[in-house]
Amino acid sequence: MQSLFKFVGRLFLFLPALALTGCNMVVMSPSGDIAAQQRDLIVVSTVLMLLIIVPVIILTLFFAWRYRHSNESAPYDPEWHHSTRLEVVIWSAPLAIIIALGAVTWISTHKLDPYRPLDRLDAERAIPAETKPLTVEVVALDWKWLFFYPDYGIATVNEMAAPVDVPINFKITASSVMNSFYVPALAGMIYAMPGMQTKLHAVINKEGAYDGLSSNYSGDGFSHMRFKFHGLQQAGFDQWVARVKTQGTALSRDAYLKLEKPSAKEPVRYFASVEDGLFNAILNMCARPGQMCMSEMMHIDMAGGGGTESHDSRSRLEYDNRHAGEVSHGAASPGATFPATGNPARSPEPAEGVDAPHQPSQTPIQQDMHEGHATPGSAPGGPAAPQMNQPGATQP
Amino acid sequence: MFGNNTLTEFIFGRLSWQAIPYHEPILVVTFAVVALGGLALLGLITKYRLWGYLWTEWFTSVDHKKIGIMYVVLALVMLLRGFADAIMMRIQQAIAFNGSEGYLNPHHYDQIFSAHGVIMIFFMAMPFVTGLMNYIVPLQIGARDVSFPFLNNFSFWMTTAGAIIIMLSLFVGEFARTGWLAYPPLSGADYSPGVGVDYYIWGLQVAGVGTTLSGINLIATIVKMRAPGMTFMKMPVFTWTSLCTNVLIVATFPILTATLALLTLDRYVGTNFFTNDLGGNPMMYVNLIWIWGHPEVYILILPAFGIFSEVVATFCGKRLFGYASMVYATCVIMILSYIVWLHHFFTMGSGASVNAFFGITTMIISIPTGAKMFNWLFTMYRGRIRYEVPMLWTIGFMVTFVIGGMTGVMLAVPPADFVLHNSLFLIAHFHNVIIGGVVFGLLAGVNYWYPKAFGYRLDPFWGKMSFWFWLIGFYVAFMPLYVLGLMGITRRVSQFEDQSLQIWFVIAAFGAFLIALGIAAFIIQLVVSFLRRDQLRDTTGDPWDGRTLEWSTSSPPPDYNFAFTPVVHDHDSWYDMKRRGYERPLAGFKPIHMPKNTGTGLILAAISVAFAFGMIWYMWWLAALSFVAMLAVAIGHTFNYSRDFHIPAETVTATEDARSQLLAERT
Repeated sequence: MQSLFKFVGRLFLFLPALALTGCNMVVMSPSGDIAAQQRDLIVVSTVLMLLIIVPVIILTLFFAWRYRHSNESAPYDPEWHHSTRLEVVIWSAPLAIIIALGAVTWISTHKLDPYRPLDRLDAERAIPAETKPLTVEVVALDWKWLFFYPDYGIATVNEMAAPVDVPINFKITASSVMNSFYVPALAGMIYAMPGMQTKLHAVINKEGAYDGLSSNYSGDGFSHMRFKFHGLQQAGFDQWVARVKTQGTALSRDAYLKLEKPSAKEPVRYFASVEDGLFNAILNMCARPGQMCMSEMMHIDMAGGGGTESHDSRSRLEYDNRHAGEVSHGAASPGATFPATGNPARSPEPAEGVDAPHQPSQTPIQQDMHEGHATPGSAPGGPAAPQMNQPGATQP
Repeated sequence: MFGNNTLTEFIFGRLSWQAIPYHEPILVVTFAVVALGGLALLGLITKYRLWGYLWTEWFTSVDHKKIGIMYVVLALVMLLRGFADAIMMRIQQAIAFNGSEGYLNPHHYDQIFSAHGVIMIFFMAMPFVTGLMNYIVPLQIGARDVSFPFLNNFSFWMTTAGAIIIMLSLFVGEFARTGWLAYPPLSGADYSPGVGVDYYIWGLQVAGVGTTLSGINLIATIVKMRAPGMTFMKMPVFTWTSLCTNVLIVATFPILTATLALLTLDRYVGTNFFTNDLGGNPMMYVNLIWIWGHPEVYILILPAFGIFSEVVATFCGKRLFGYASMVYATCVIMILSYIVWLHHFFTMGSGASVNAFFGITTMIISIPTGAKMFNWLFTMYRGRIRYEVPMLWTIGFMVTFVIGGMTGVMLAVPPADFVLHNSLFLIAHFHNVIIGGVVFGLLAGVNYWYPKAFGYRLDPFWGKMSFWFWLIGFYVAFMPLYVLGLMGITRRVSQFEDQSLQIWFVIAAFGAFLIALGIAAFIIQLVVSFLRRDQLRDTTGDPWDGRTLEWSTSSPPPDYNFAFTPVVHDHDSWYDMKRRGYERPLAGFKPIHMPKNTGTGLILAAISVAFAFGMIWYMWWLAALSFVAMLAVAIGHTFNYSRDFHIPAETVTATEDARSQLLAERT
């Protein structure tokens, strides 16, 4: 059955492929098993529907030609308007297709649920027992991508890599507005949302450099919110990790807070070490010193709420306006223009802070990274109790 | 101390000279053209002393026919604006390669795609559909007007007020840069502090009042004012689809209003419904807006289905195949359209069962839609098809729409949607159904009913030109977008790095220019038809050998539509009457009770614009003042007791005699 689908699919792909030689339809020829299965679904559903679409189009054109006014020889029956037999056919033919497609949908939606851990590397190979999945924590910032590799203690901006044939567990969140994490060659997209974590499980089966991007509009710098996803052999991946470790700086909380500010066309950046619990703090919207983490708030709420004292927590829970005091010097909010920033409406210059790539070296951010270099575990200069910012950490 | 600054701020809120884009060449030229054109128009109106005529015969009219025409005029004007946006986007995407920024920076481009979506849906498609329903439905059910004629006038002006508010953003301040649905948190006060989103909110809220009220009006009209004998199952199909559409409007627009009201509270008074922090949740907005947004798609397409049903039966000279199944299919679509909204965000991380449920309900909609397609197909079977322009649009629709339906079902399979969502494939899909379905339907409707409204047919040559340019233009413009979507290219991107994509965007831009020629041909068609109106004149009131009641009266119909209310025995009632040898009554006319014109609707709408402007620019005194004024005018109107009059029997007799004479000259 599967091979039949594949055969029909290839046949179907062959026709447009003739017309489109030279163009790279990555969605139709992906390099990861999940994306490949999603591609198969596109093909299967198209073929199923063509069973009904093609006859309809042909019949439309045929009837339009045959029953044209000038064709006196065709039968004309102005009162014919009902046929139970035909009615049964016209309702049940689409119904039959939809039953088939509905079954395919139910099964495939569960099988390809992005939250479901993988159970195979590709159609032929199961996951070897000793394989340890790679965890990547993804943060969509305004307008760049930050990737944490908790297994290696490193982080990168606008570039990620993964070994081929190793399952990847993505945990995805965002710092300000909604984005969508999408590597077309690898797997389907999933939204990146602030204060929330979405998951994606995928595997890359072929070496190569693939495009990754945000596929949900997020403001001024959205067009350039792209990164390269490198599928590497294990040795190559180890070299890449080593390169990040040697070339990278440290990602402290301060460095993150500077990085988080809106900027576009950011160059690739490596971080050799990452402050403990930073991803969790970002996820819980408490990376800024003094913030209360969502997890703590939810904990308080579950314990019955904070009563009148919760009023004091309010300012510690305010998050969206975190750049409010800074608009005049540098970073603008994604949609901010006149009158919030003092930029005139529709000035030829983009909103402040946008389209002005940071110099790769000697920017204030980088300098601060050195200054702010902190030993993991010690939250620099913030009254927030460490245990609040690091759910699961084992401090008293 | 009342400093100078405080006073200025009190009077002008956040409005200042900076808000006027005089340093922006494109906009200055646009403004100059609009201003000069507007002045020329006003000058001509004044020169030919048309103000009084326009005011008494059109602006204050409560006649559903005139209001319907005004709706369509509004829709055509906004079509030009929305299409200008489309052309600008296509040019930008065709040239912004290789590090070139194109000619629009993101700041511009983001406003343009937001405005394009908002204008095309709310101020082009909606008024167009409402206008046709307004004009045709009372005629099809043998009524003399809608149930609430004043409300109808008010609804139209509120819709226009919304359009004016959106258009103001072009020259005063800026428009939203959030996409046409303004998802928070991007559209919240913290990430979009400017006036753009406020223009969006107030433009939609004001227009939404009009849409909701006109929905209520048309439901009441269809339920209560049908001619004797016209049971529900004898109603024309267009009236049926209008009924379902208006039920959808009344059931869903309050959701939009409430959702936008919550967003307004977030932006104006600091509540936290959709913020990231303090317990807000943007996902709630996404759900709410699509609970309105998905039925909205069917609000647009159902009337188009109705138009095709009328056109296909008329031009095939044959009763519609499977009337009952057509009606049931419409009702099933109406109900199902409520339970599919989640398919717009499968990628938000709902569980597999939830996604699969909504995917399957979405596919189920394709069953009644498929049944409708077959019904049209078998209406053509054993017919005698006359290829007048409306029928061409119908054939074009049937071939094009099934492709859009197919890609729609592909997007309904959640795992496939994960790779196609938000891509240009999605853009191609919904333009495929909106252009191939709604726009083709509306243009078929205009060509079909124009002789009814104006007494002369539209020129067929330019109609055919328009059809072919639109049809070919559509395929050239949107097939490349399907391909680009499969290449993993997302929507709303203003600059590209990959050179190999450029050719596809250039082809798409070429297609957009073909569509521009289609629109131009349509405008030429209107002008040429007006100039050739004597050759194209229809004196019978029934130029197409129609089947429904609107063709039984004269073209254009008299103010009172029908001198005597027709009695219905069968569906396709006019065809039935003709077959039975119906004789027009020639005597015994009585005075006809009619509603009287009023300017209150226009005044209320004008005050609404002032109110919205005050709210957008934080000119609180203006907002407060206009709100009070609005209440005062509304209450004042309740004391207006001179709301009706009678058309004297002599006038009716004279009008009907004139028609008899015309009919006699013909034979």
